[in-house]
Amino acid sequence: MSSAQFVQYLITGITSGSIYALAGLGFTIIYAVTRIINFAQGEFVMLGGLVAFTLIHRAGIPLVPALFLSILIAAAVGAAMYLLAIRPPKKASVVSLIIITIGVAMLVRGIAGQELTKEFIRLPSFSGEQSMSFLGAHIDPQALWIIGTTVVVTIILHLFLTYTMVGKALKACAINPVASSLVGINPKTMALIAFVLAAAIGGIGGVVFAPLTLMSYQAGVMLGLKGFVAAAIGGFKSPVAAVIGGLLLGIIESFVVAANWGPFTSDYKDAIALVVLLFILLIRSGKLAEEERAG
Amino acid sequence: MIARLKSNWSYLAIATLFVFLILAPFDWFLGQYTTLMIVIGIYTIVTVGLCLLMGYTGQVSLGQAAFFGMGAYISAILSTTYGFNPWLAMLIAAVMTGAFAYIIGSPIFRLKGNYLAMATLGLGLIMWIVFKQLNQSFGEPDGISGIPYLSIGGFVFDSSFRRYFLVWAFCLVILFTSQNIIRSRTGRALRAIHGSESAAESIGINVGRFKVKILVLSAVYASLAGSLFAHHLRYIGAQPFDFLASVKLVVMAVIGGLASIWGAIFGAGTTHILSDELLLRFGDWDVVIYGLILVLVMIFMPEGLFVKLKEVFERLRLRYRKKGVEP
Repeated sequence: MSSAQFVQYLITGITSGSIYALAGLGFTIIYAVTRIINFAQGEFVMLGGLVAFTLIHRAGIPLVPALFLSILIAAAVGAAMYLLAIRPPKKASVVSLIIITIGVAMLVRGIAGQELTKEFIRLPSFSGEQSMSFLGAHIDPQALWIIGTTVVVTIILHLFLTYTMVGKALKACAINPVASSLVGINPKTMALIAFVLAAAIGGIGGVVFAPLTLMSYQAGVMLGLKGFVAAAIGGFKSPVAAVIGGLLLGIIESFVVAANWGPFTSDYKDAIALVVLLFILLIRSGKLAEEERAG
Repeated sequence: MIARLKSNWSYLAIATLFVFLILAPFDWFLGQYTTLMIVIGIYTIVTVGLCLLMGYTGQVSLGQAAFFGMGAYISAILSTTYGFNPWLAMLIAAVMTGAFAYIIGSPIFRLKGNYLAMATLGLGLIMWIVFKQLNQSFGEPDGISGIPYLSIGGFVFDSSFRRYFLVWAFCLVILFTSQNIIRSRTGRALRAIHGSESAAESIGINVGRFKVKILVLSAVYASLAGSLFAHHLRYIGAQPFDFLASVKLVVMAVIGGLASIWGAIFGAGTTHILSDELLLRFGDWDVVIYGLILVLVMIFMPEGLFVKLKEVFERLRLRYRKKGVEP
């Protein structure tokens, strides 16, 4: 492998890893605050891309406002999901919450396929199609937008959680919901905020990713799965860890496919994430069991 | 007194079920739905295993379709490419699937709740990818065809009428076996584990061993069902064993009431009829309606439709008993 190829694979890995990171952030935020694995997380990413496409092509809204509107709509779907499906059940078990989020995912996917588009779509690139050269590798300018957006989102989220009152409340609620409700933080409001945040970040992922790759109403399943692996690598604890998890997964995928080793040719690229997931879960199982016992 | 009455009622219910099942495949009754009933029987077998696993030990499996698929694929490959007798293929499939469950059981059960759900989901998806690979190695790109029918001596199960009785005989044997298991010492141990693992451990129950045992049992059930499925359709692809299939199996178990063996028939029946028959009439909206139903059932009846119906029935029974009406 020449150094140019190495850089090429690294950049490809970091680009797709950034999308996994954005999806993984959503999983982490929701899990930390509510202890729910949101199987509809990938659908928010899909919605971001598809809603923006529909706004541009059917409503004739220019690119930039369409992108922002699309992110807002994804966030609104997140809020609706929490208020209509997650909050109502009284004593929901882990299994029933999992099935609820899977049900919502099917609902969103089905409606998107019917009402938005069944086609594979692609948004226009933010800054031209002309690819750039960097250390002998070709870079699509959209890749820089994706990586840049992920960095900015991560920094803003980190500042939000560390320096604002609402962010600190979210953190407190994630650490101990009972104790935080004693000091006047409403866990239900925090859960709503978590869902809105996760959906908005998913939507952002969708709008920056759709210009680089084809997006369809069924794309949410795999995006969700990858995000979930990213969050698992990060331990479902800190947003920064989820982002690192996503980047790692993207880079591993890119290099394993490049090496064309054993069963993991590009046809079976998706299996890599699953193997990584099982590996991570089994290594960490002792620690995870302790956590469940503690709270 | 109440216990005796209750068991009278359940004997009556089981007797009715038997009569219904025997009459169902005849043309003057539900003959046109025989194929549907065969598939429901097959799904019931998988569901019972999942009920034991989820309802009695409290362990989640989002990858049960993997075991189901292993049964189907091992049976299919052995009986086509290698020309094994279908019964032998079925037996080997069950043993291999059971062994696989045993090997993965102890590491995977160190996880709990959400993490266990994730691990089983990952496993299910990996097996699904393996199945797609097996299609290419042993059959056409989309699946394996030319799987022989099961037969006893010269009696071939080549009509759906014959296969109906074969599948439901398997199904009922498995239902009764499972019922005996949960009424035995093992069953009480399982319920103790569901109640509290630490408490169960403290009274001398080997929690880990019991969980793995039940996982193996449920995997063997799923494998048998998969083999029956392969020898019934004579063609299998990877699609009936994907992630949504695992979700469908969990939904069947939940709708049937997790801790209820006989509810499995009800859960498998309603879910299968709903997802594969009724929803098709809504065309492209089927996924939307299916999703909506999942959400609504989980919000309003998290303990399952069957348990809810039983509750309503009990309430009515008590009301009538006050008025002096006894069966």
